[in-house]
Amino acid sequence: MGPRAEVLLWLAQRASAAVLAACVAIHLATMIYAVQGGLSAAEILGRTRGNVSWLAFYAVFVLAAAIHAPIGMRSVIREIVGWRSRSLDLALCAFAVAIAWLGWRAIAGLFR
Amino acid sequence: MAEAVATLAVSVWRGGAEGRFVGYAVPRRANQTVLDVVTYIQQRLDPGLSYRFACRVGMCGSCAMTVNGRPRWTCRTHVARVAGADGRIEIAPLANLPVIKDLACDLSAFFDKWAAARGSFVGTRTRRDDFARVSPAAPQRRAVDAAIECIGCAVCYAACDVVAWNPDYLGPAALNRAWTLVNDERDGAERARLSAVAGDAACHACHSHQSCTEHCPKSLSPTSSIAGLKRRTGLAALTGKI
Ligand code: SF4
Ligand code: SF4
Ligand code: FES
Repeated sequence: MGPRAEVLLWLAQRASAAVLAACVAIHLATMIYAVQGGLSAAEILGRTRGNVSWLAFYAVFVLAAAIHAPIGMRSVIREIVGWRSRSLDLALCAFAVAIAWLGWRAIAGLFR
Repeated sequence: MAEAVATLAVSVWRGGAEGRFVGYAVPRRANQTVLDVVTYIQQRLDPGLSYRFACRVGMCGSCAMTVNGRPRWTCRTHVARVAGADGRIEIAPLANLPVIKDLACDLSAFFDKWAAARGSFVGTRTRRDDFARVSPAAPQRRAVDAAIECIGCAVCYAACDVVAWNPDYLGPAALNRAWTLVNDERDGAERARLSAVAGDAACHACHSHQSCTEHCPKSLSPTSSIAGLKRRTGLAALTGKI
């Protein structure tokens, strides 16, 4: 991987971290607020079904996680395990796709 | 002449990668440096001891060793600072570098990395041009001032965990040097240098944990220089300059 690609990966990781920080804060605040009155799963689903705002919010959340986690793992694995070849990049692309696919599928379940 | 106030119990690494600590009793004196202790051992007790020094005043950067577990310049480290009342001192070669013999390390990799980080000035003027006028107040010039006093002692390199984990990592000193040149407005190799210092073997491998900054005897902050390189390479990547 060339220096430009490495730098862009680094920037993508920092940018996705900023998005994640906001998403995690909103997610946690909503969770704490929502369970205070003792919401059931059915009641939660009642609020998320058909709600485009929550759909968009969690879609962005999942995307940021799918970008952030594999890039971070790339650095950790390269440094600690010493796996530095192209195969690592391919494996982590697959990992990114898996996070996005599983995350978005879960969100679709909340929306439909 | 200062009187010997006690006797220091000094353990010194003898041998190469395989070796052992050997104990020496050295008279303790006022205003004694760790380099004085090593020199005493070599001159009075064991002439076979190998170590490096030159200036003895903190300028040449050749006398760095591991003293009681920490990398230090030995010519400017007073015994009083490292030895407690029990007078014990352990002196070993620098970490993260191959040991040649006793306290002398092979610094080739350290200096090769300065070259790999494009650590030499690339001029753009000829002898027929006038001098460049660089304002001492310019922000770029101030950034250079903050990082330029490096003496190449490799203390930071020995203190950096990332060097130990990733042998290809250019390390704090080479990156700090590159930062001074990136900010030198007379230099003509910015693009090549930014490419050389980007990536997982260079500035992006740094964890910013500041061990280099904590140990640098010249009180420089390679961590800040590396953070500057991260910003500058990020901008260069976004604008297609690298
Ligand atoms: S701040 Fe960076 S260069 Fe300095 S010791 Fe830590 S990882 Fe090494
Ligand atoms: S940055 Fe400091 S510790 Fe590192 S080589 Fe230069 S003077 Fe020594
Ligand atoms: S002998 Fe020159 S810096 Fe210590």
